[in-house]
Parts: sequence; C-alpha cells; structure tokens
Amino acid sequence: MIALLIRDLRLAMRAGGGFGLGLAFFLIVVTLVPFAVGPQSDLLARIASGILWLGALLSCLLSLDRILALDWEDGSLDLLATAPLPMEAIVTIKALAHWLTTGLPLVLAAPVFGLLLSLPAPGYMPLIVSLLLGTPALSVIGTFGAALTVGLKRGGLLLSLLVLPLYVPILIFGAEMARRGVDGLDYTTPLLMLAGITCGTIALLPFASAAVLKVNLR
Amino acid sequence: MNLNALWAYANPKKFIQTTDKVLPWVSVLAVVSLIVGLVWGFFFTPDDYRQGSTVKIIYLHVPSALMAINVWLMMLVTSLIWIVRRHHVSALAARAAAPIGAVMTLIALATGAIWGQPMWGTWWAWDPRLTSFLILFLFYLGYMALWEAIDNDDTAADLTSILCLVGSVFALLSRYAVNFWNQGLHQGASLSLDKEENVADVFWYPLLVCIAGFVLLFIALVLLRTRTEIRARRMRALLARERMG
Repeated sequence: MIALLIRDLRLAMRAGGGFGLGLAFFLIVVTLVPFAVGPQSDLLARIASGILWLGALLSCLLSLDRILALDWEDGSLDLLATAPLPMEAIVTIKALAHWLTTGLPLVLAAPVFGLLLSLPAPGYMPLIVSLLLGTPALSVIGTFGAALTVGLKRGGLLLSLLVLPLYVPILIFGAEMARRGVDGLDYTTPLLMLAGITCGTIALLPFASAAVLKVNLR
Repeated sequence: MNLNALWAYANPKKFIQTTDKVLPWVSVLAVVSLIVGLVWGFFFTPDDYRQGSTVKIIYLHVPSALMAINVWLMMLVTSLIWIVRRHHVSALAARAAAPIGAVMTLIALATGAIWGQPMWGTWWAWDPRLTSFLILFLFYLGYMALWEAIDNDDTAADLTSILCLVGSVFALLSRYAVNFWNQGLHQGASLSLDKEENVADVFWYPLLVCIAGFVLLFIALVLLRTRTEIRARRMRALLARERMG
C-alpha cells in the first residue's frame, strides 16, 4: 500500500504529472476575480472566502481525470486489480495521493491567496480548517467520479457534470464555516457537519468507487 | 399476491404481454383524470381571496413536484433491484424514468417561477426548496448523460445504478444542507394527511385528481419507454445475428 502511495506521489511530482497545475489554476482564478468584480477591497473581503472555496473546488476538479486515466491507459490498473490488495484499498490510496498532491497544496496556499483578496484577519483560521476538512472529501468523491468515467474516451466534461452536484453539501458547509469565521460568528455547527460528511464520505464511498472500477475493468 | 409473483415480470416477454393489456387502460385513465382534474381546477374552483387566480397553478406545480421526487425514488428502487437480482427490465425502467423525472423537475421549477413572479415579486429566489430542486435536476442530467456515454448496456446499467445510490445519499444531504444554508421563502407543507391546517377541500379534490393523473401519466410513459427499449434491444440483437449469419 505504501509502495503504491509513494509510486503515485512520485509520478505526480515528476514532469507531466500535472503537479502544481491545480495550484496555478487556483492562482489564476484568484487573479481573475478582481478583474471581474472590481478592485474595491471591501467588496473583495466580503466574497473572498467564497471565492477561495470555489477556486479550491474547481482546481481540485481539474485534476480528477488524472487520478485513474494514466493507469488505465498503460494497463497498470489491470495489474493493480490482480494484485493481492483489495480494490477498496487501491481507490483509497489513489484518493489520498490526489489529496496530497492537489488538496494539501491548495490548503497551504489559501492563506496567501486570502491576502490577495484582502480576506479579513479573523477569517484565516476557519478558512484553513474548513479547507483542511473539506478537501479530502473532494478527493474521495472525485475518485468515485474518475472511476465512473475511466473507460470513456471523452469523460472530462461528463466527469464534471457527475461530480459537481456531489460537491454541493461540502461546499455549503465549508463556505458557510469560512463565512461565519469572517463575520466573527460561532462556526461550530458547520464545522461539525463538514467533519461528519467528510468522515462518512471517506468511510463509505471507496466501496462504491471500487465496485464501479471493477465493473469498468470487467 | 405474494412477492415472488412479482418477479415474473422481470421476464421481458411476460412484461410486454402484460403491459400490452395494461397500457391502453392506464393511458386512457391518465388522459381522463388529467382533463377532469385540470378543467375542474382551472374553471370550477373559486379564486383564492389573496392570490386571485394565480393559485390555480398548483394543479400543475404540486403534482409535478411530487413526481420529480418520487421518480427518483422509483429509479433508486429499480437500480437496487438491478444490482441485487440483475433483472434487465428493472434497469431499463430506471433508464426510461430518468428523462420523465427531469421534465417533471423542470415543470415544477417553471410553474414555480411563473407563480413566484406575481406573488413573491421574483422569478427565482435561493430558497432551500427551489435550490434543492435545481440540484435534483442536475442529478437527473448527470444520470442521463452517463447512460448515454457508455456503449455496453450492462456496464451502463451497473454504473448508473451505483451512481443512483450514491446520488440519492448526496441529494438527501444537499436537501438538508441548503435548509441550513438559507432561510426559506417557500411555504410549508399544506397537503399533509395529519395536519389541521391544510388546503381547503374545494382545491383539494381537483388537486387529488390531478395528482392521480400525473402518476398515471408517469406509469404509462415508463411502460411505453421500457417497451420501446426492450424492442430496440431485441432488434439490435436480431440485426447482429443476421450480420453474423
């Protein structure tokens, strides 16, 4: 399992793996927002937490098709399927590798991008915590979507259509938590809901992803 | 009738034979109850004392909204049957139901907007009920797109069934998440069986007829579309056999 994780991380880091692309996309989104809505810092401060959440979600979405597609093309997925490792473990590792290479950098970069959007000072902590709690669920759900569309020639757009509605609850609670943090309100309720959804997703969804992948490898 | 007798209809031939007899009746009943319900509702009920004649859109809005949710539930049940017992008719019925459900969702959204413009002063508000219907519509779109995208019928049935299960959980989550996210403008339930404050009987009876009409219409359309799917599949099989021979 650890060997697989290290292999996936290495592949992602090296050239062509697309590591850092998500981060660059996140930066571009953050750069474009002031052009679209105007540079007034009070307006930006009000929407900063929402923009950061949306940007994180979209850059996560961007790299989803890479989770399984490359392994599917060169046949290593078939090899993995015959390995003694259960399919559930494989998809969990894939999701973990995706989170480590996409989700975690986004979380770490978010405070810097918050500065660009003049995010108010009390908002930083809740924003980082909410992203830290929410992005793993985004990766796990994304792996499910990638497993659904892995056999398709042009699955990219379909993948977004399938995955984005599933992101709704996480976006709602995550962004709500960040927003409440900015306003200085108590954010325990969305924090707990977000944590609950993430835990439930991580615990249950790999079984669905594994089942889907088995169907696709049939 | 015990439950085992139900599985006989998993045989496509038996299904076609039975629906041959049932379909005309259901279709006629659907048309009759829709005409009766809508005419009764539109022309023979009084105007509401505050909402005027706009209230009459409930004869389309409520049944379609009801169907939008229940069609998804039906798809969930048939998907489960496909996963557990692998009856092809079940998977085909789920596939046949999805576009109908999507259209019902769209009707509910559109009639709601038409009613909302004079009553709330806006076509659209980010109210929990409206929002969750929009999300439900997206789920329908994704489900149908996945069916269309996959060539192999059995693979498509498997994948869409699992998507339907996972989607149901997330749709439910979203329903409660949007409740938390924004306060509602939409009125509460006024058709519950156990509550005192319900819609008045003058509106209630034609509405019941309309709901029955929508349910029958849905059954007729699902049967029709499932039969079409079965026959299309049979035709493909025959063509393939001819090409081989």
